[in-house]
Amino acid sequence: MSAVVTEKKLKVVGTRPDRPDGVPKLTGTAQYGADYTLPGMLWGKILRSPHAHARIRKIDASKALKLPGVKGVITAADLPEQKFEYVGAERVAQNFWHMTRNILAREKVLYEGHALAAVAATTPAIAAEALKLIEVDYEILPHVIDVEDAMKPDAPLLFEDMITRGVEPPPTKPSNVSKRVEFKIGDADAAFATADEVVEMSFKTAAVHQGYIEPHACLARADADGQAEVWSSSQGHFVVRTMTVKMLGMKTGDLRCHAAEIGGAFGGKTVVYVEPVAVALSKKTGHPVKIMMSREDVFKATGPTSGASMTIKVGVMRDGTIVAAKGLFKYQAGAFPGSPVMNGCMCGFAPYDIANVNTIGYDVVCNRPKSVAYRAPGSPISAFAVESTLDMAAKKIGMDPIQFRLKNIAKIGTPTVWGPKHSHAGFAETLQALQKHPAYTAPLGKNQGRGVAVGYWFNGGGESSSTVNVNEDGTVVVATGSPDIGGSRASTAQMAAETLGIPYEAVRPIIADTNSVGYTQATGGSRVTFATGITVINACKKVTEEMCKRAAKMWKIEPENVIWEDGSARPAGKRAGEFPPLTFKEIASKRTATGGPVVASASINAEGQAPGFSAQFADVEVDPDTGAVKILRDVAAQDVGRAIHPSYCEGQIIGGVVQGIGCALNEEYIYDKNGHLENAGFLDYRMPVASDLPKIDAIVVEVPNPNHPYGVKGVAEANIVPPMAAIASAIHGATGKRLTDLPMSPPKVLAALDG
Amino acid sequence: MAKQHVVTTINGNAVEFLCDTRQTLLEVLRDELHMTGAKEGCGTGDCGACTVNIDGRMMCSCLFLGAEAQGKKINTIEGMAAGDKLHVLQRKFLEHAALQCGICTPGMLIAAKTLLENNPDPTEEQTRYWLAGNLCRCTGYNQIIDAVLDAAKELRGAKS
Repeated sequence: MSAVVTEKKLKVVGTRPDRPDGVPKLTGTAQYGADYTLPGMLWGKILRSPHAHARIRKIDASKALKLPGVKGVITAADLPEQKFEYVGAERVAQNFWHMTRNILAREKVLYEGHALAAVAATTPAIAAEALKLIEVDYEILPHVIDVEDAMKPDAPLLFEDMITRGVEPPPTKPSNVSKRVEFKIGDADAAFATADEVVEMSFKTAAVHQGYIEPHACLARADADGQAEVWSSSQGHFVVRTMTVKMLGMKTGDLRCHAAEIGGAFGGKTVVYVEPVAVALSKKTGHPVKIMMSREDVFKATGPTSGASMTIKVGVMRDGTIVAAKGLFKYQAGAFPGSPVMNGCMCGFAPYDIANVNTIGYDVVCNRPKSVAYRAPGSPISAFAVESTLDMAAKKIGMDPIQFRLKNIAKIGTPTVWGPKHSHAGFAETLQALQKHPAYTAPLGKNQGRGVAVGYWFNGGGESSSTVNVNEDGTVVVATGSPDIGGSRASTAQMAAETLGIPYEAVRPIIADTNSVGYTQATGGSRVTFATGITVINACKKVTEEMCKRAAKMWKIEPENVIWEDGSARPAGKRAGEFPPLTFKEIASKRTATGGPVVASASINAEGQAPGFSAQFADVEVDPDTGAVKILRDVAAQDVGRAIHPSYCEGQIIGGVVQGIGCALNEEYIYDKNGHLENAGFLDYRMPVASDLPKIDAIVVEVPNPNHPYGVKGVAEANIVPPMAAIASAIHGATGKRLTDLPMSPPKVLAALDG
Repeated sequence: MAKQHVVTTINGNAVEFLCDTRQTLLEVLRDELHMTGAKEGCGTGDCGACTVNIDGRMMCSCLFLGAEAQGKKINTIEGMAAGDKLHVLQRKFLEHAALQCGICTPGMLIAAKTLLENNPDPTEEQTRYWLAGNLCRCTGYNQIIDAVLDAAKELRGAKS
């Protein structure tokens, strides 16, 4: 359902070819992080804290070092101290003083599972045995898990000198509140007084994990001259390089990072845990070192997204106009500052044109693993609260939830709460596509309900690079710096083939290591097909220009008299001369005679990304006896700009929806009173399985982004934002009970039904 | 500790290996035999990424000791394609875009193949329940279910 007519027929973009990296993944030969080995390799294992909060008095590894087969032990003392400063844009700021302490604890351990030493040994069993021989003298400290508890004046402090940033004048007392952020347009408080109806509600969400099936794993080797190599599963091998050299005080050029195939990430592999440790162990022992996390380690010591406490207030008129909105968002950062609360404050009301908005956010440390990005980080959390409140507001004035949202939907020129005006269309078109779905008006049965919600995500641009090499048989290799999580090699090859005018099968896309292609930011923020895609297209355009020059040489005419059309060089009109077209393949075969290899690179710091927007409805049935909620139907419309490979766009939409369903109904971090995670495994941390779900219905809406040659908008994230509120509203429709505390698991639903 | 000598059959080939008695079949496959197609997602039998077929039954190889492989017939993802000819299930997974990151794919394929060996004409619901022990975090399962049902159809057609 394209809203814009395509002027020139596209031949490859929009088709569904087999992905180029498919066969190795189907036959078991694809190499993921844990699949690499080197001769003489040692096995690294990491010692983790059994306590939620404790001071480290002493670490004694002497017994471990005496165990035959143990080749080395490291602690934080082996890593250089880092400067305390926040670097980078505020929304994604990093502090390496914190990062080094997360990789190996220094003064204190701040959560159960916090790494504090690592050992390298000749077998995994010896390494495991050695960990038991490392003696740690802890002074156990009081801990705090819940975000509200952590904000109390008498809460145990994770950092005794933490003064809240973003408050003027700065507080004189330290606290666990790392940062306060506020956004404001208009005067919300004054506008509430003019509203016909005001709805105010409070919400809680649980910390949830990205749940990628592949645990973090890497292989590292270091030479005595300071050079090193890493093979690891990450969303960005350039990120691995940047962070690892920083953590170890190495020169950037001395670390070559290779992108292993990546077994899922969803934001969780945008930081390093094991890579600096493996390189440090390799340096110390002189052997390659492999480290694999266990699933328990992944749950306890890698980043889930924040749990949160929130209060939302909206004021509406009887005609459906939202006149005022306020949001208070308190997000768990985990053990170190850096929750996505700022995103939550920005995204919550972003889909709407509301004249008076005020959002306030708090970033709060507590004794949990440090939160890390998870698919549209921060947005699903605030959207659960905002969209649930809006549903109640729509019900109060008796308006259809899609109609209510269409009435208030943001358009090009609508201001955002953070300043700039919206500059892309697509929100209304997506809602209209959802509204037209035949199932939206289908009747519901007993104990069944339907709920609607929308979701916004910024999407990303940023730095990317690619290089195109033309081979003598007319095939090309396209090297990019973007690890492929969900099919980007397919979209890369499609855009290259389309631009060059050659068959899809003639393009071989690869992910080059950090020493073989230009700097490229992580695969995240739904940025690859947009930003890296632009570099691929631009490099291919350079190739066609060069191919025209080669044709001119062969025809002995001026290069400006040659044009590139339908995959061939042609004379630019009759005055240029009469020559039959020269195909890409023909010109490629004359490489040596016409000037040597044809190679083109392009790089970018891309701007002009269009936001992601998804609108969904969910139909549920609630079992009044057990409180179990069954998803009967989920219809998800999303504006993708243009679908380069529609199957992988649909796959992103469906995958995001199902993660949202897990977050809505089952998934949560559960701690006991000692601050120990009680469900650090897939049996008790229950992610959706095939039998939990119906077929998810994906509607691909195409409102092209004018800032990408083929109209691409990032597609991977907005889809996870709406399901929680859509399901909560569906449960409300089915039972008359509004659940405000995620997950909406059977005990909570049953309690609501009984209450 | 002395190592155990094990004689077994993997993908139709006679295989001998020495293993620590504590090593799981998954560890033996990956670390001793360098067959890394089976993946460790959890090590506790909850995710299915390490699924192999042992004497006709699907099994999480992380829950099976290497030493128990003695005398068994084991089939892994490495034995699924016949030379350069993909198994119908593999081809259908590719056509239906039934993988994103691909880490669950080997286990999912072995589980699906075992399903079709036991039930050539499964319903969607039967397929969803059979594959409920194989976690996929990327796809939401739609395209996996489509691929398995489509492969079943083609396999039934080939037999009739």
